[in-house]
Amino acid sequence: MADFGKRGDGRDEARTVGGQVGRRQPKVDAVDRMRGVTRYTDDLVLPGMLHGRLTRSPHAHATIVAIDPAPALALAGVHAVITGADLPRPYGIIPWTPDENALAVTKVCHVGDAVAAVAAVDEDTAIAAAAAIAVTYQPLPALYDPAAALASAVTINPHSKTGNRSKHVALAFGDVDGALAGSALVVEDDYHFEGTTHGAIEPHCALAAVDGQGVLTVWSATQVAHYLHRELARVLDWPAHRLRVIQPPVGGAFGGKSEPFDLEFCAALLAVRTGRPVKFLYTREEVFLAHRGRHPMAMHYRTGFDADGRITGVDARTLIDGGAYSSFGLVTTYYSGQLLGAPYHLPAFRFDSTRVTTNKPACGPKRGHGSVQPRFAIESQLDEAAIRLGVDPIELRRRNLMDADTRTINELAIGSYGFRECLDRVEAASGWRTRRAALPHGRGLGVAGSTYISGTNYCIYPTELPQAAVQITLDRSGRARIFTGANDIGQGSSTMVAVIAAEELGLELADIRVIAADSDLCPVDLGAYSSRVTLMVGNACLAAARELRGKVAGAVAARWQVPPARVGLIGREAIDVADPSRRAPLTEAFHWAEASHGLLTAAGSYDTPRDRHGDYRGGTIGASPAYSFTAHVAEVEVDVELGEVRVIAVWAAHDCGKALSPRIVEGQIEGSVYMGLAEALMEEHVVDGAHGGVVAAPSLLDYRMPTALDTPPIHALIVEHPDAQGPYGAKEAGEGPLHPIIPAIASAIRDAVGVRLTRTPFAPPRLLAALRARAAREAAGELAPHKGRRLELG
Amino acid sequence: MSETRRCRLRLDGVEVEVAAPAHWTLLEVLRYRLDRIGTKQGCDKGDCGACTVQLDGRAVPSCLVLAAQADGKTVTTVESLRGPALHPLFAAFDDAVAAQCGFCTPGIIMAADAWLRRIGRPVTRDEAAAALAGNLCRCTGYTKILDAVVEASGRRAGAATAATDPRDPSAEAAGG
Repeated sequence: MADFGKRGDGRDEARTVGGQVGRRQPKVDAVDRMRGVTRYTDDLVLPGMLHGRLTRSPHAHATIVAIDPAPALALAGVHAVITGADLPRPYGIIPWTPDENALAVTKVCHVGDAVAAVAAVDEDTAIAAAAAIAVTYQPLPALYDPAAALASAVTINPHSKTGNRSKHVALAFGDVDGALAGSALVVEDDYHFEGTTHGAIEPHCALAAVDGQGVLTVWSATQVAHYLHRELARVLDWPAHRLRVIQPPVGGAFGGKSEPFDLEFCAALLAVRTGRPVKFLYTREEVFLAHRGRHPMAMHYRTGFDADGRITGVDARTLIDGGAYSSFGLVTTYYSGQLLGAPYHLPAFRFDSTRVTTNKPACGPKRGHGSVQPRFAIESQLDEAAIRLGVDPIELRRRNLMDADTRTINELAIGSYGFRECLDRVEAASGWRTRRAALPHGRGLGVAGSTYISGTNYCIYPTELPQAAVQITLDRSGRARIFTGANDIGQGSSTMVAVIAAEELGLELADIRVIAADSDLCPVDLGAYSSRVTLMVGNACLAAARELRGKVAGAVAARWQVPPARVGLIGREAIDVADPSRRAPLTEAFHWAEASHGLLTAAGSYDTPRDRHGDYRGGTIGASPAYSFTAHVAEVEVDVELGEVRVIAVWAAHDCGKALSPRIVEGQIEGSVYMGLAEALMEEHVVDGAHGGVVAAPSLLDYRMPTALDTPPIHALIVEHPDAQGPYGAKEAGEGPLHPIIPAIASAIRDAVGVRLTRTPFAPPRLLAALRARAAREAAGELAPHKGRRLELG
Repeated sequence: MSETRRCRLRLDGVEVEVAAPAHWTLLEVLRYRLDRIGTKQGCDKGDCGACTVQLDGRAVPSCLVLAAQADGKTVTTVESLRGPALHPLFAAFDDAVAAQCGFCTPGIIMAADAWLRRIGRPVTRDEAAAALAGNLCRCTGYTKILDAVVEASGRRAGAATAATDPRDPSAEAAGG
């Protein structure tokens, strides 16, 4: 928890005019984070604390024959060793697919699978002890290729009941075959999206301790404190009411910390066994091994168009490489098709997606979970159709717009719909109409669009309980305390609730203390995933704040003998809006209200609508209270000699409904564009099957994350089409703005040099090969020179 | 389990003497012995820059410096920039919302501070991007970080910053 009290820099007093929603205010917790005051999980130290370390498999696939902890236990300073036999109950973030163990029990399924854990007096001893544990393996043939794994009789995951077919989903809406047969144009191609990982700068970390009352507390750098609480109780067989989970401020996550990990279970059990606090901190290499990043997807797409460029139907087949465990894979498999339902009107649509288990670190949810890959495919098809039909790519998208307040063919309930304005904004800002045709060979502009969910209508586990709740208490010094289970992972959820409470109660952000993500103090929130927090926690916070506002305004009205509607709360004052000369300090107003009502406290809950989804198996997955929309234009310069792509600029327009805090929304757009651009051009998380299944780039040097020098100017354009479901109309902003950049860059490359790249990342060898292939076809007379320049490559 | 070594540092303006295993890095000594938790460990390999401190005024990743190599030297951490007034870099970063998760930010601040102090004039975005290319940020796309550094360089040039200069003795009482 953090105290967002007075900064002591004298700047608070300047911000006392006007409402809070929509102001360009700083974040409530940023100064403490940047000054190094904030205590992230690894900054916590407890007396007598032991250090934990995991022993990991060097094999991609092997049976565990024996584990001998004796050499480790013989080292001075080693307190305990645990193995899979100590934590035999399997778990999984999706309750239907519990297929992993905290420590492998019978076999290891990827290089880096944890098989044992040690607690020792210091880090050096723990490292030595983890290496000393003697594990005997019987290696098995490893399967790295999803098609081969699907065909193999060998089942990788010991808990699987369906062989290596982790999940299969086939859904069809409308007459796809008829639509494609009657189309003026069918674009058909194969696309491959390579796996990528999150790369949060804070490595995973967990600390556990048991107090004198027998309460086990686990501090963890997690995005999902509530799910962690449930799984710890289940796997450790520990009563939930004697388990406290605290999520300290998190140093980035992006989906990479949204399920339980081995270190949390091991820290907890070792704390119980040793009676001392135990901390685990992943090395950077372990972060790459834990992974849960973007799934590699091989996608075969056919999209039909009429002669004017209107989509007639889409047929998608997708093979998804899941890695060793299910993670969120059930959801990923649905999302790979379901989220194609918008932002374009689809008269007919079907998808067939298969997720396969392989001997690799498990894939999971990365920012834009499951829908970034199919978005690359479909938007590339739209661009290709525009070229073949001679229609401007933005104009083609305009011909396929939906309406607001509509249902898609797969029954997603769209509310507000700002996609047309997103297209208009990027078209104008990029100078698309005037500049695109004039750009020389080697320079190009590309466009793409997308949609994303603002949370999911259904919780991960079946429940009738609300998805979010917030408690607010007002104190006698004129401040508000907000208790929320929402996990601030850097995206600004603590600022979001502070803005809403301040808006309703007439406070400044400095008057708000947010106490977050502590299961002993805060109501349950499901976590920071699926872009749910602003809409759901925001609505809960708004309900609580409005109840308190009613109490305070009512007490002031009674004191002034005016109707409550005449009382405004703004700028730390209560004001008679009919006679603004009459006003009282807010602190005094709080006192009047507390005198009338007792302690000023209120709880707000939010639950999702349960009538906004398709009435078919899987129809709830992808169903959200509200959908965001995004359009990007990317400008690139291609060096045809080196095969290098330089992105000159990106214009990104995002319909977030209402920007509660515009600078934070801009930051989410900019960060999303950056992360997607990295996936388009540089990053790949791949396993090297030729070298025993090791992760090929397990460091921040080898895994090529863009630096400031690699990142182009990003122009974030906020579009606001308020949605009836969101607080003040707000929808998500954290994940949607990632999607379009990959196809926008692909299409900009196509515009620049006339080649279509269908496989990420668009690295120089791949682009050079495509350029050489084009040059050969030009030489053979099959293709005219692009933009009048004939390609001549060595 | 290994040899202990003592080293003396001038840390954020104060002479300190610390004993630690001889193979420990400056990062380990700062975090584990000297409570400088603002210096973050992101990779322990010199790849991310989250642990950047100033060694005799130069920005270095403290995970690549053995504590013994810092013996007798001046070490400046992000804690030194605390004081009664918000340091111009903090103010610029806060106004721009340049910190999201904030984990990389102290390292970026220390790199930027060393660079701006050396260059001593307002800088451009391109210059800032080159100067900070050794520090990874995963949240922001660097856009607002570069905005903030450019802004801070202007403020620094436009105002005397002695009151928050870690090398100024008057700042030491408030330091770390």
